[in-house]
Amino acid sequence: MVVQQISVFLENKAGRLASVAQALKDSSINIRALTVADSSDFGILRMIVNKPDDALKILKEAGFMVKLNPVLAVEIEDREGLFFEIMKLCDQEHINVEYTYSFVEQYSNKAILFLRFDDTERAVDLFIKNKYKLLGPKEVSKL
Amino acid sequence: MIWDKKSETMPLEDLKKLQGKRLQKTVERIYTNVPFYKSKLDECGIKPSDIKEISDIKNLPFTTKDEMREVYPYGLLASKQEDIVEIHTSSGTTGKPVVGAYTQNDIDLWSEVMARTLSMGDVTSKDVIQNGYGYGLFTGGLGAHYGARRIGAMVIPISVGNTKRQLSVMRDFGATALTCTPSYSLYLAEAGKDEGVDFSKLPLRVGFFGAEPWSENMRAEIQEKLNVKAIDIFGLTEIIGPGVASECECQDLLHVFEDHFYPEIIDPSTGEILPEGQKGELVFTTISREGSPVLRYRTRDITYLTREPCACGRTSVRMHRILGRTDDMLIIRGVNIFPSQVEHVLLQVDGVEPHYQLIVERRGSMDLLEVQVEMTETIFSDELKVIELKEKEIEHQLRDSLLISSKVKLVEPRSIERSEGKAKRIIDKRNI
Repeated sequence: MVVQQISVFLENKAGRLASVAQALKDSSINIRALTVADSSDFGILRMIVNKPDDALKILKEAGFMVKLNPVLAVEIEDREGLFFEIMKLCDQEHINVEYTYSFVEQYSNKAILFLRFDDTERAVDLFIKNKYKLLGPKEVSKL
Repeated sequence: MIWDKKSETMPLEDLKKLQGKRLQKTVERIYTNVPFYKSKLDECGIKPSDIKEISDIKNLPFTTKDEMREVYPYGLLASKQEDIVEIHTSSGTTGKPVVGAYTQNDIDLWSEVMARTLSMGDVTSKDVIQNGYGYGLFTGGLGAHYGARRIGAMVIPISVGNTKRQLSVMRDFGATALTCTPSYSLYLAEAGKDEGVDFSKLPLRVGFFGAEPWSENMRAEIQEKLNVKAIDIFGLTEIIGPGVASECECQDLLHVFEDHFYPEIIDPSTGEILPEGQKGELVFTTISREGSPVLRYRTRDITYLTREPCACGRTSVRMHRILGRTDDMLIIRGVNIFPSQVEHVLLQVDGVEPHYQLIVERRGSMDLLEVQVEMTETIFSDELKVIELKEKEIEHQLRDSLLISSKVKLVEPRSIERSEGKAKRIIDKRNI
């Protein structure tokens, strides 16, 4: 139950994000969620897209350094305290969260939390055991 | 395989005599025919009759690149213009180009020394040579071409660039030997990999790489990626083009074709000749050229010479691959730095490829060195800290080796200009 996130290496210079966006647009790839982590010199653009394999191929062809990495997409109710519950759970089990980002669905009371773990398999087991809803690639592409 | 056994394995005593005779003839020729050299020799009070043996060369004046430029285009001609059959020039990117003029005998000489070079990689008439050096005023293309023709090998005169076509021609015609710059060979390897070319399944077996400095680590990479034996060749337009020196099958130092191009190592600041084994500036005198002979040309390349015998049986003096340039040498905070040193360090770091550039800036009175290195598949991670750790690791290794600190910046793949001719390694933004 993991989702492939696409990560792109970008130098901090004008127009790089636009080039990625254009390559995706030209191939009708739809971005479902994104976040950028940046240092002073470079950034890593992390995206959830509807067709990760196609996106990988297209961006590679356009000359970008790209990789697919497994992340968990957890659908949770959009209410106070739930993020804490999840973090507490991971902490108790000593599962390390590398990074996370989320988005809130506007017309329902749901939120999707994307989580990257150092040990993805253990994390999947943990979430299933605790009855969290993990979204698969198909569900994510329909978001 | 030794192309010209008599010349290439000549006993030292005979060689010295031959060199002395040829030097004498050269000095006579230029004293009579080249006003530029006549006045230089007159200034030093030297008559051609003063040259009796090769060791008398120490009394002759040096020639610099700037002097050669000043007499552009025909000032160095030692033959009648009607006897010149071909000219080549240096790129002229830093001013007026230097001209090399060739008589038919010069072209024959060039063909011979390039045949010697290619024979060092066992090229015979059965070989198919893909010549990826640029044809034109640049000496690389035609030099390699003439050598291949002299041997009777089949040449594919594809010249430089058009990488896709290089790859298909290599496959379709079954090239067994490749001649091009080392950086272009790696570019071909990368492009080939992207196109799904399996070099281990091609008949390609040997490559002759020169025209820019490269390192032992780069050799290992080329040999692995292209599945060839990589031979370092050396030459310069001012002397004849490629074919001045070359590694043999032992791949250990370059044999100088000293029966035609007499090498010396001097102290770049005093002009004093240095003893065998000591590093200094490489100087060449052409002792067989007719069209545009040169006396004691200061190459600005730094290396050393050795007469240690080579396992191949050739007796010629050998030079180490170029260790640096007197003019490419960066002085940062008082420390001498050569791009080749940086390359050496980079290639020892896991996952790093030799695509890099050095950028020097001055802030206040402080020189800052930034080393830009291209991101590779192996290094790239979706986690910031992994990349930052790699940058730190490279910075650390560079500091250990260069003895100054630098900032390492990972940049996007293929964002550093790939010269299809020569790689530009240094951007010096200091206004000194």
